[in-house]
Amino acid sequence: MLESLQFEFLRNALLAGLMASVICGCIGTLIVVNRIVFLSGGIAHAAFGGIGIAFFFGIPFLAGTMGFSLLAALVMTAVTLRAKHRADTIIGVLWALGMAIGVILLDLTPGYTVDLMSYLFGSILAVPPSSLWQMLALGCVMIVVVRYFHYDLMAMSYDEEFARLRGVPVRFLYFLLVSMTAISIVLLMRVVGLILVIALLTIAPFIAERYSKSLYQMMLGSGALNILFTLLGLWLSYRFNLTSGASIILVAGFFFFISLLFEKRAWVRYCLRVTDHGEDRP
Amino acid sequence: MADTVIDIQDLWFSFGDQLVLKEVNLKVRSGDFVAVIGPNGGGKTTLLKLMLGLLTPNRGRIRVLGKAPRSVTQRIGYVPQDIHINKTFPISAMDVVLMGALRIHPGRIRQSCEDRVAAQQALDRMQVGKYNGTRIGKLSGGQLQRVLIARALVSTPDILFLDEPTAHLDSQGQSDLYELLRQLNESITILMVSHDLTMLSSYVKSVACVNQVVHFHDEAEITNEMVDMYHCPVELLAHGIPHRVLGKH
Repeated sequence: MLESLQFEFLRNALLAGLMASVICGCIGTLIVVNRIVFLSGGIAHAAFGGIGIAFFFGIPFLAGTMGFSLLAALVMTAVTLRAKHRADTIIGVLWALGMAIGVILLDLTPGYTVDLMSYLFGSILAVPPSSLWQMLALGCVMIVVVRYFHYDLMAMSYDEEFARLRGVPVRFLYFLLVSMTAISIVLLMRVVGLILVIALLTIAPFIAERYSKSLYQMMLGSGALNILFTLLGLWLSYRFNLTSGASIILVAGFFFFISLLFEKRAWVRYCLRVTDHGEDRP
Repeated sequence: MADTVIDIQDLWFSFGDQLVLKEVNLKVRSGDFVAVIGPNGGGKTTLLKLMLGLLTPNRGRIRVLGKAPRSVTQRIGYVPQDIHINKTFPISAMDVVLMGALRIHPGRIRQSCEDRVAAQQALDRMQVGKYNGTRIGKLSGGQLQRVLIARALVSTPDILFLDEPTAHLDSQGQSDLYELLRQLNESITILMVSHDLTMLSSYVKSVACVNQVVHFHDEAEITNEMVDMYHCPVELLAHGIPHRVLGKH
C-alpha cells in the first residue's frame, strides 16, 4: 500500500478523501441532528440541473452548479419553513426536476458527452489540485463559521423554540446551514460523487451520535469515522481494482450495520425517530 | 397596587380556519401565581405561546412587561410541555441549562464562567446537580423535567411560564416543585398550565380558565361561573377531590 503513494494521483485521492471526510463529518453532524438528510439529498440531486446548465450555456462549471444548487436549496428551505407539511413533496419534485433538467441539457449540448456516472460516484482518482485547494478553503471557512455559531447552532438543533426565545437568529442559521450544505455538496460531488457525499454526510454522524456527549464530539467522531471509511475503501479499491467511491460506501455501510448490531435498541430508537419526527424541520 | 406585567386586550387567534382563542382580555399583576386550566385543546398552550411571542395574534394586543412579547423574551423563563423532544440529541444536562443563559448579555454569544456557575446553581437548586455531565437521553423523565426547569431559571427571569411541569414528576417531586415555585414566587410572577387542580388552593393566587375564551378569577378557586359557562373543571370532577378547590357555592 505504502509504495503506491509514489503515484501523485493516489496521494491526491488520499488528500481529497481526508478533506472530504472532515468537511462531511462537520456539516453531516448538523444535517443529521437537524433532520435535513432528505433536504440534503434533494440539493445533491438537483445539483445535476446545474451541471447541465453549466455545460449547455458554457458557463464555468463551479459557478453554474453552485448557483443552481444554492437556488434549489433556498427554495426548498423557504418551503420547509413555510409549509412544513408539504416540504418533503416539494423537495421530491425539485429533486427529480433538477436531475431531468441536467440530463436533457446535456443531451442538447452539442459535441460533448459527459459521463454521468462520474458525478454519481465521483472520480477521486482523478482529482485536480485546484479541487484540493477549494476543499481546503471550504473546510477552513466551515470550521470558523461552525465554531463562531457553536452555541447558537446547538441551541437551534436541540430546541428551536427555546432558541428563538433566547434571541438566536434561527431563520438565518437555518439558511446558513442549508447554504453550507449546498456548497459542500457541489464541491465534493465533483471529487467523490454525490452518492458518496450523502453516505459520508449521514452514516458516520449516525454512528457517532450515540457515543458523543456534545455536538463537538459528534463532529470529531464523524470526521474520524469518515477518515477510517475512506482509507479502508481506497485500500480495497486499490487492492481489488474496484470503483473507489462505491468501495468507500460499502465500508461505511458495513460499519453502519455493525453499529446497529452493537446496540440492539438502536433499531427501536431509529424507528421511533423516523415515525415521530420523520419530516424535515426548520 | 402592584404593576401589571401581562396585559392582553381583545386577543383573537386561529390556526387556519380553526378558531382557538377569542375575545381574550387578561391582566396579570406582578407577583401573581396564575394557574392556567381548561380542557385539552382549549388553547392553554396557545395562549402561553402568544405571550411568549412564539405565535402572533390575528387581532388584539399583548404587552408583557410593558412591551411587545418578542422584545422581552430574555426576561422570561419558559418550561415547554414536550420535554422528550430530541432525546437522542448529544447534549449534556449542563449544556441544556446553559442554553437558558444564551445571548442574555447583549452582544455576546459565548458563555462565560459566571454562566456556568449560575447553571450549576440552577441544577443544584433543582436537585439534579450531580447529573451536570450526563447526556440527556440517559436521564429519567423527572430528572429531565428538572433540568428544563433549571434552564428556565438560570437567567433569573421576571416571569416564569411553565406548561404542565408536573407531568413527569412523582408525587414527592410535585410537592417539591410546588414548594420551590412558592419560594420563587416571592420575587417572580408565575404562570403555570396545569391539570393538577388539587394543588390549586394551597399554592396559586389566581386561576385563568381557558376554553376558547378566557375567564380570569382573582382567587385560588374555581367558581360556579367557570363550571357552568366554560365547562372547565372537567378534570377536576374526574380527579375527585373537589373540596380543596371549589369555594362555597
